[in-house]
Amino acid sequence: MVEATNDFVQEKETIVIKGNVSAAYAAKSARVQVISAYPITPQTTVVEKLSEFVDNGLMPGTQYIKVESEHSVMASIIAASKAGTRTFTATAGQGLFYMFEMLHWASGSRLPIVTTIASRGAAPPWNIWADFTDVISCRDTGWMTAFCATHQEIYDEILMSYKICEDSDVLLPKFVAYGGFILSHTSKPVIIEDQDLVDSFLPPLPDEKGWPHIWFDPERPLMFGNLIMPSGFYYEFRMKIHDAMVRAKEKIKRVAKDFEKIFGRNYGNGLTQEYKMDGADVGMVIYGDLALQMEQAVDDLREEGYKVGMIKLRHLRPFPVEDIIEIAKKVPLLGVVDRATAFGSPTGGPVSCEVKTALHEVKGTARILPMINGLGGREVTLEQQKVQLKMLIKLNETGELPKDMLYGTLWDGLLEVK
Amino acid sequence: MVKLKEALESCLEEFFLPGNSCCAGCGLEIALRWAMKALGPNTALVSPASCLNVVVGLWPKTAPNFPFTNMAFAAAAAAATGMSAAFKTKDYRFPGKVWGEMTTLVFAGDGGTTDIGIQGLSGAAERNSDFIYCCYDNEAYMNTGIQRSSSTPHGAITTTTTLGKERYKKNLPRIMAAHEIPYVATCSVSEPLDLYEKFKKAKSIEGCKYIHILASCPPGWGIASEDSIEIPRLAVKTGSWILYEIENGELTLSKKSKPLLDPTKRAPLIEYLSRQKRFSKISEKVLIELQERLDLQWSKIADELSCQENHH
Ligand SMILES: Cc1ncc(C[n+]2csc(CCOP(=O)(O)OP(=O)(O)O)c2C)c(N)n1
Ligand code: SF4
Ligand SMILES: [Mg+2]
Repeated sequence: MVEATNDFVQEKETIVIKGNVSAAYAAKSARVQVISAYPITPQTTVVEKLSEFVDNGLMPGTQYIKVESEHSVMASIIAASKAGTRTFTATAGQGLFYMFEMLHWASGSRLPIVTTIASRGAAPPWNIWADFTDVISCRDTGWMTAFCATHQEIYDEILMSYKICEDSDVLLPKFVAYGGFILSHTSKPVIIEDQDLVDSFLPPLPDEKGWPHIWFDPERPLMFGNLIMPSGFYYEFRMKIHDAMVRAKEKIKRVAKDFEKIFGRNYGNGLTQEYKMDGADVGMVIYGDLALQMEQAVDDLREEGYKVGMIKLRHLRPFPVEDIIEIAKKVPLLGVVDRATAFGSPTGGPVSCEVKTALHEVKGTARILPMINGLGGREVTLEQQKVQLKMLIKLNETGELPKDMLYGTLWDGLLEVK
Repeated sequence: MVKLKEALESCLEEFFLPGNSCCAGCGLEIALRWAMKALGPNTALVSPASCLNVVVGLWPKTAPNFPFTNMAFAAAAAAATGMSAAFKTKDYRFPGKVWGEMTTLVFAGDGGTTDIGIQGLSGAAERNSDFIYCCYDNEAYMNTGIQRSSSTPHGAITTTTTLGKERYKKNLPRIMAAHEIPYVATCSVSEPLDLYEKFKKAKSIEGCKYIHILASCPPGWGIASEDSIEIPRLAVKTGSWILYEIENGELTLSKKSKPLLDPTKRAPLIEYLSRQKRFSKISEKVLIELQERLDLQWSKIADELSCQENHH
């Protein structure tokens, strides 16, 4: 290992990098102090890049633990975070599932851990391509969840996430998810920000005393996690997690604003990002990389005179109920595209269920057409997305539902099954 | 060997306080109290699911007077790795403070060590992560009601081996030594000074240290509370539990076990087994087999020691 220097200087530069490398640069820009990692496709190059940074002395003082499993990744990160350090890891699919028990330990301890997920399908059969079922199955673990649509957004969202998670009113862990391969393994120009600017945006690293609520310090011995009787505060602790998560919405909005002020890039209000919804007849709620191509589809159709728009969902947790209601008041019909499954649920798609729940009993809001698309990395073409938008228009105008609906949900792009 | 007086004087302070909810005569409590006397206050402890997790006190009462965290059952060694890494990075940012002197300690049961936690422990040992991992071995899952673990000895009755366990006890200290970590030691709660010394030594060594303590459990073993020192002492006297250290690969028998290389110095195994209800279903035939296995184990140790000597 190269001797680390105290002042690694990252000046602002634009480089053409893979989405995973963008995540690694963000962790470096955030000056994370403890990294723990285990390889899994399509995340692995994140932690490979970080190895390179650490080995070349570009992350002075950073401890990099190469553990033997994802369960151990999260266990080690939790302990390191409890001891008052900024931590980072990345995983995907099976690795995230293997971590599951520990996810609750992180949120239950109110730790501001940031973890990127290069989302992939769940086995069997083995599938390593984009599918958000992995991260969405962790919906109720007390982790916040953000989706990214671009390479730049990965870098930016990780920085924003540290600021949100470490806010003393929030203190919760967060996933930053993006589609495996589609973003993780393709290359685009990404602006890596000037280190001083990043330092001025982020909260300072935890001081010697650690986080306000949790620490390991022989001078202030404390014990964490003892058994608590039903008459104790377990119930109240749970309520507090929900409360913090809901209140995090305002923080997310504020951080997105701060971010735009300092770095000049806009991500809507942080929770959602509308695209050409003004004067739209119908809209599409969509998240992750599919949202990026949908913007193109909207542009193309707008040029052809169709009044369509879309809403990029940036956060699943906390769920932007208010934004969804507001948008659903603007148009009579919203499609909701899930690149994920929620088997046996009311719609079969996790986000369409959430959207329907948010709108339930709110008068004058849009009808919802749940859609599933692109599972396991199945290609979703621009043409296909344009057809989806046109289908919404037709449904809105004629009430005619598309063929091949399955229990009220459109599973678009299925192969013919004989 | 430290003198009793010296040990007591240097550690009048108790770190694991009275008022905890251990059963009377609990071996784990004795083990932790003495370990903490040796390690002192700059120690942070990780405790995976186990009796210890519970006996430390129901929230908000806590018996440990030092930093202590509960942890998921399988996660102790990995958590300790993370904690020790955090202390190192804090030492980098705040040099000259306590962070460079912190000892990270795991105190885990035999189930948490030899079964569900073995993957994480093996990983940490191979990485030579800097902490002391201590397994207090009461030879079953006591917290959940005395089920067998892979550290339960042959013949022992548990709630999941109602006729006595068929398989043999997993030899975890030797498995740990096979990871080529700098320090492995075995202890018994009946020998607190030996235990004290071994923890002192472990604290002075950088890297992954493993200490395996035989810790009596009156309800789990079917013994009287007042016998909880006498029974593990018999385990040592019969040679059934061998006290040793393996330092950088080199085996040394500890004071109480060394004389037992001479078979005539060993008390017959039955003296240890017959005092415990858990062994009440062992037949005479099995008893003879067990004695033979034990004698063979000692012959192998004698061979290993002479091989080591020849090499020098
Ligand atoms: C993942 C998981 N599986 C099972 C349990 C239930 N459990 C808690 S403690 C315990 C047994 C602990 O046995 P051991 O490690 O020997 O410690 P002891 O109770 O004997 O002190 C079990 C099975 C758990 N907490 N977590
Ligand atoms: S059951 Fe055994 S190990 Fe657990 S507290 Fe009681 S004596 Fe100690
Ligand atoms: Mg046990």
